[in-house]
Amino acid sequence: MTALDSNEMVLNMGPQHPSTHGVLRIVLKLDGERVTNTDCIIGYLHRGVEKIAENRTYVQFAPYVDRMDYLAAVSNGLGYCLAVEKLMNAVATPRAQAVRVILTELNRIASHLLWLGTHALDIGAITPLFYTLREREGVLKIFENYCGARLTTHAFRIGGLQYELYDDFEKEVETFCRQFLPKVDEYEELLSGNRIWRERLRGVGIIDAETCKRYGVTGPVLRAAGVAWDLRKAQPYSGYEQYEFDVPTRTSGDTLDRYFVRLDEMRQSVRIIRQAVANIPAGPIMAKIAKVVKPAVGEAYVSIEAPKGELGYFIVSDGTTHPYRLRVRPPSFVNLQALGHMARGALVADVVAIIGTIDIVLGEVDR
Amino acid sequence: MATVPWEGPIPDLLREHFGAAVLETSAYLDQPFAVITLPAMVPALELLHAEADFDYLVDITAVDYLKRTPRFELVYVVYSHRRNERIRLKAAVALGEQPLSAVPVFLGANWLEREVYDMFGIAFSGHPDPRRILMPEEWTGFPLRKDYGIVEMDNRWVQANLGIESGQ
Repeated sequence: MTALDSNEMVLNMGPQHPSTHGVLRIVLKLDGERVTNTDCIIGYLHRGVEKIAENRTYVQFAPYVDRMDYLAAVSNGLGYCLAVEKLMNAVATPRAQAVRVILTELNRIASHLLWLGTHALDIGAITPLFYTLREREGVLKIFENYCGARLTTHAFRIGGLQYELYDDFEKEVETFCRQFLPKVDEYEELLSGNRIWRERLRGVGIIDAETCKRYGVTGPVLRAAGVAWDLRKAQPYSGYEQYEFDVPTRTSGDTLDRYFVRLDEMRQSVRIIRQAVANIPAGPIMAKIAKVVKPAVGEAYVSIEAPKGELGYFIVSDGTTHPYRLRVRPPSFVNLQALGHMARGALVADVVAIIGTIDIVLGEVDR
Repeated sequence: MATVPWEGPIPDLLREHFGAAVLETSAYLDQPFAVITLPAMVPALELLHAEADFDYLVDITAVDYLKRTPRFELVYVVYSHRRNERIRLKAAVALGEQPLSAVPVFLGANWLEREVYDMFGIAFSGHPDPRRILMPEEWTGFPLRKDYGIVEMDNRWVQANLGIESGQ
């Protein structure tokens, strides 16, 4: 950072700050109450996940991916399994694919719910957090019943699933969907129609479609800027092409629009889950793959639409049981880079709102 | 790697502009990639952006092939929203060689190149902010290099900053 003018001030936000959603430090350069420059200091949670991958077998590494974006562990697992399956030229069975879609979409809802609750809390609305955590509990309960874990689920295996569905799975999922939809309307009643909420968020942290693309921003942030781009539609995987759903977009690319996009996405997720759960194909849950996961020499990049944006895995195989190189393309890391653009000229209090709507998880930013 | 040749307008465009600098255009598992020389990389990104609508830089990363010369390989993943196509561009980098920064073409390259520097020690010339990003600024060594051990660390940094003998 360059020298300061006499009317400028430097303010350290974080690394221990509740609204940075983890250990993120932002050095803000201020002119009065206005932000003139931001510098993100990241890496506090760096665990060297990509290095660990090179020292584990493909199977051993699978649980590690859950610990990156730990709010969307199921999505992380899906991306990883698809990438390894691609390298092995294998495809999960139809039954496994349908279950994967259901669990991944449930996880998207859980991730968006936690985002909504904490974001509202950052803004000063305390009530929604209790509501959203209550509904998120329903999702976690289903995860728990399915695989025994609530957060870092390790729900999928390379080639399919480890566990067969439990007896009441379909019924529980359908009950959750039925009860959940009116709750989204309830959040809207609490927030969307609330004048303080709207005035607080409208026009804050604007990023247009062109700038999003220059930064490589994906996910709800991009869609709130008017680009209807979603990997589930653009390059469907795991059978997403069978389901009918819309890609919600808004146009102004501000904090309020990102809020609306995520609310609509939860409704669309319910739509997908209902179609999938009504029609889970019978059959095996594991594809016929080699017992020892040992992809041929080669490399592949596979990405999915995680709740936060494009989550990609680039794996280089040297023909052994260990990945030669495994790169994770994290949506949070790339999206966070656009913070500087969104926060320039904003008030300090708005930086809190902007960090909130980018929806980052530091476990994934730092890996 | 059992590759098949990659034919079509994009490899043609690359060959037309860069000729012998395009070393290979292939596809593996239906994923097309081009191997080009390092000096042609940023011009190629610029060309693909301007002429073929590859407007989204997905990722930049590197692979350390310790036994190869040149040692490293840089991998750029780019995507075109209009074409709905994703391709990879790769170039070999020798130890100590400085590739040109792609930040003038894609703003998003900034942090991605910092991470490549941080993990592999490949410094990009013309980068606006050439610092480490995930590791501490004073750290010595580049963790994702193949000759950097899994338990290896900068003990001097650990002792000075954490007040412990070793992180292990």
